[in-house]
Amino acid sequence: MTSDLVTMTPELILLAGALGCLVMGSWTPRRSLRRVAVLAGVAPALSAAVAARDLAGQPTRVFHDTLVLDEATGVLRVVVGLSLIAMVVVADHELRTHARVAETYALLLLGGMGVLLLGSAADVAVLVCAWLLSSIPLYGLLGLGEHEAAPEATMKTYLLGAFSGIWMMTGAGILFGLAGSTGYLSLSAQASGMPVVGLAAGVVLVVTGLLFKAGAVPVHLWVPDATQASSSAVAMFVTTLPKLGAVVAIGRLVDSLPGHALWVGLVAGLGAVSMSLGNLAALTQHSVRRLLAWSTVSQVGYLLALAALVGKEALAWPALAFFVGAYAVTNLAAFAVVAAEPTRKSLGDWRGVAKHRPVLVAALAVSLLGLVGTPPSAVFVAKLLLLEVSWSAGLPWLTVLVAVNTLISLGYYLRWLTACLTSAPSDETERSQNRPRLAAPVLVASTCATVVVILGVAAGPVLSVAQ
Amino acid sequence: MLSLLVFLPVTAAVPLLHPRVPDRIARWWFVLVTASTLALAGGVWAAYDTPDPGQLDMVDRVTWVPQIGMSYHVGVDGLSLPLVVMTTAVFLACAVYALREDKRPRTQAALFLGLETTALGLFAAGDLILFFVFFDLSIVGMYLSIHGWGHGERRRSALLFFLYTFLGSLALLVGFIGLYVAAEPHTFDMVRLASSPPLEGRAAVMVLGAILLGLAVKTPTVPFHTWLPPAHTDAPTIGSVVLAAVLLKMGTYGFVRIGMPMLPDAWRAWSPILVAVGLVSVLWGALVALAQTDLKRMIAYTSVNHMGYVVLGLGAAGLAAGEQASARSTAVSGAVTQMVSHGLLTGALFMLAGVVWARGRDFTLTSYGGLAGVAPRFSVLMVIAALGSLGLPGLSGFVAELQIFIGAVAVVPIAAVGLLGILLMTAVLLTAVQQMVTGPRTTPTTGFPDLTRTEWLPVAGLLVTAIVLGLAPGPLLDVVEPAATALVDMVDR
Repeated sequence: MTSDLVTMTPELILLAGALGCLVMGSWTPRRSLRRVAVLAGVAPALSAAVAARDLAGQPTRVFHDTLVLDEATGVLRVVVGLSLIAMVVVADHELRTHARVAETYALLLLGGMGVLLLGSAADVAVLVCAWLLSSIPLYGLLGLGEHEAAPEATMKTYLLGAFSGIWMMTGAGILFGLAGSTGYLSLSAQASGMPVVGLAAGVVLVVTGLLFKAGAVPVHLWVPDATQASSSAVAMFVTTLPKLGAVVAIGRLVDSLPGHALWVGLVAGLGAVSMSLGNLAALTQHSVRRLLAWSTVSQVGYLLALAALVGKEALAWPALAFFVGAYAVTNLAAFAVVAAEPTRKSLGDWRGVAKHRPVLVAALAVSLLGLVGTPPSAVFVAKLLLLEVSWSAGLPWLTVLVAVNTLISLGYYLRWLTACLTSAPSDETERSQNRPRLAAPVLVASTCATVVVILGVAAGPVLSVAQ
Repeated sequence: MLSLLVFLPVTAAVPLLHPRVPDRIARWWFVLVTASTLALAGGVWAAYDTPDPGQLDMVDRVTWVPQIGMSYHVGVDGLSLPLVVMTTAVFLACAVYALREDKRPRTQAALFLGLETTALGLFAAGDLILFFVFFDLSIVGMYLSIHGWGHGERRRSALLFFLYTFLGSLALLVGFIGLYVAAEPHTFDMVRLASSPPLEGRAAVMVLGAILLGLAVKTPTVPFHTWLPPAHTDAPTIGSVVLAAVLLKMGTYGFVRIGMPMLPDAWRAWSPILVAVGLVSVLWGALVALAQTDLKRMIAYTSVNHMGYVVLGLGAAGLAAGEQASARSTAVSGAVTQMVSHGLLTGALFMLAGVVWARGRDFTLTSYGGLAGVAPRFSVLMVIAALGSLGLPGLSGFVAELQIFIGAVAVVPIAAVGLLGILLMTAVLLTAVQQMVTGPRTTPTTGFPDLTRTEWLPVAGLLVTAIVLGLAPGPLLDVVEPAATALVDMVDR
């Protein structure tokens, strides 16, 4: 038991960090709240460092086989830790005057911890608990928002979350009833003798709950509202971390079920719908945040397509782990750029920015072209892996669909980039000069953009770690 | 040495990103770097030994992503070496021409140095993914060039260009994945894929279909050429030059490097269609060019015509497999020569079009007349470039087209219809020359000063090279012919 606890050090560090933030926040005077931010930044850094050290270890199952610690868990831990640092840095600049800044940090770290549990759960009951652990901080984070639309977004997210949570628990109950146990191992062993309809109902319901976390079709409607109504740091969290945990969890569930064709078809089909719908909806957006939100709906479709294939292709697990990291860093770069220009809300507001803020626009270009999958960015290698895996798994339609969606996505990403490059309206010079220059988000954006390229060029060694 | 050649321009572009670099220094740095690249390319040519059939020379190879059989692999053979050298020459000409550029010359120089690396890297690539990476980056670079330095409806044209060619690149990628998955063991390595073609039958025909779609958009052939005229019309002068001279070759080069050796079976199946597409491009390009009133659009359509000859020659090489190998290899050799020749001649024509724009801010042919009197240097160069472009003996275009038709007509007599294209081209270019150079004098109100040194020097350089290749094509053909023969043997497998 103790040794099992030791293997959970990264999660425990996040938990301790969250509690520390809460306690410190309650007596630290407002002017010294920076200390809380330092703690909130150090905890995920430590967590990621410990996780990175453990990456080379052998895959194990702990706590009576309810949690799996393998390469995917390791990669998820590192990615979540590093992403949290980026969020805390942005939040520190953005929310300095916010009344609930310490609570925000605590919720970010707790949410991150929930995501890690979600990604390592190998037991339906634990999965449900992890789902709650990562969902409740999400509602809190959205509820703390000061945007006028925040209450509506919170309600929408909460209601959709509550519904999908109930479905998920029902599904977990069905699976428990069929297998007599909640563990994936016994589910896997007994699945061949179960009635297909019952098994399918259980799996579909559990997956629905996870799709809510992933922000994928059909329970994606909260994503654009939540992204628009929250602060940039929270938007970074909402559009990145829960998705990562959820797709890894879906991968694990699908991986443990025999009779793959059905689940592959189901999850890959949902992924296909998600990528197409997200793309088509993003094409019509004018607000940059909503555009990015819909783009994350489509990106998670690619991740789901990979998650569907984990049982079928040996390369799918490392590919999924790589895509998780690639997507996270690219998406964070884009949101950090948005955080650096908080007053530019619509695409039109971005006209002529390239001239005044070349570094920022360069970071934006790297991240948007990276999201398209232009080489040599990280998502390019990830998408290449997806195309390969889907083709070798005998799903050429998925390969073609991914390619077609990539082309569609170019439409809206380029619209934004083109706006930055066009000549500015006449009052632009004045507007740029009157704006506060947020150094930290620019730093985060350029760091992430650099990592996007490095991860793409050095994909070989990175993949060998994930394998 | 090859890797150095590929990455020298982009490395040299890095210091230019610093905003404090003065424009004057940036312009000369651009010239210096492209000149050194040309010198290095000359060194590569000197050190080049014809490799065994199907192999590359001067290979650099490092594993990159071993999990998916991807490696950094560069090398040259008789098909790519001429294009590598032509690319460096065209970029040097552009750098000299850009010495009088006053619109953000520093960033433009950096962008074009980056573009030079993508072009050289693509021609030297020995791995499909490396090829794809450079293919995509060249699209991004050219998009920025048209968007940032173009005129007219540059935004729309740049977007059209991007979307069209990106669609092509994705089709190409799907085809590459098909090749990879079929190969045993899985690999993206071009040499290995060419030495044992992985696919046969219907699957091969479909995979080649995807690859051909991607390359046909880039080349461009009818009916995928509609992005080309607006892109050329609105691109800056050196952007047009690079687009026509170098980027279009990426499409046709893909045919000889990927389509023919890796999917020989399917190539033979597709070749009647390719011959037809080539013929239609030749005639359609020439006819539409004849109808243009805008100088730059006219030159753009001549590109469609010239690329049509290349497709025709390569398509013919896939017909009558096993027979007339020498005729077919002549056609392939002509196609490769045409790629080089078109690069030099169309590059020169687009620079002259740029000169016209700089004088009158207008591409309408009828706005100019009798320029022989006011601008003799311009007129001489314009006449030479036009004659070269229509295939007059003594210039490289003649050598290329002669070989293509000798080879193609021997295999498919109907290819002789393409000769009509040359006739139409003569009409197109002579009409344009007649309008601009002779006749009553019509100049813009600001006059038409003759070419300055930075204008005539690059144009003359390109034309002199074309003349040298036309009079003494031996050294070029010595390099190209063994590769063409080897390629035809591969198609016959």
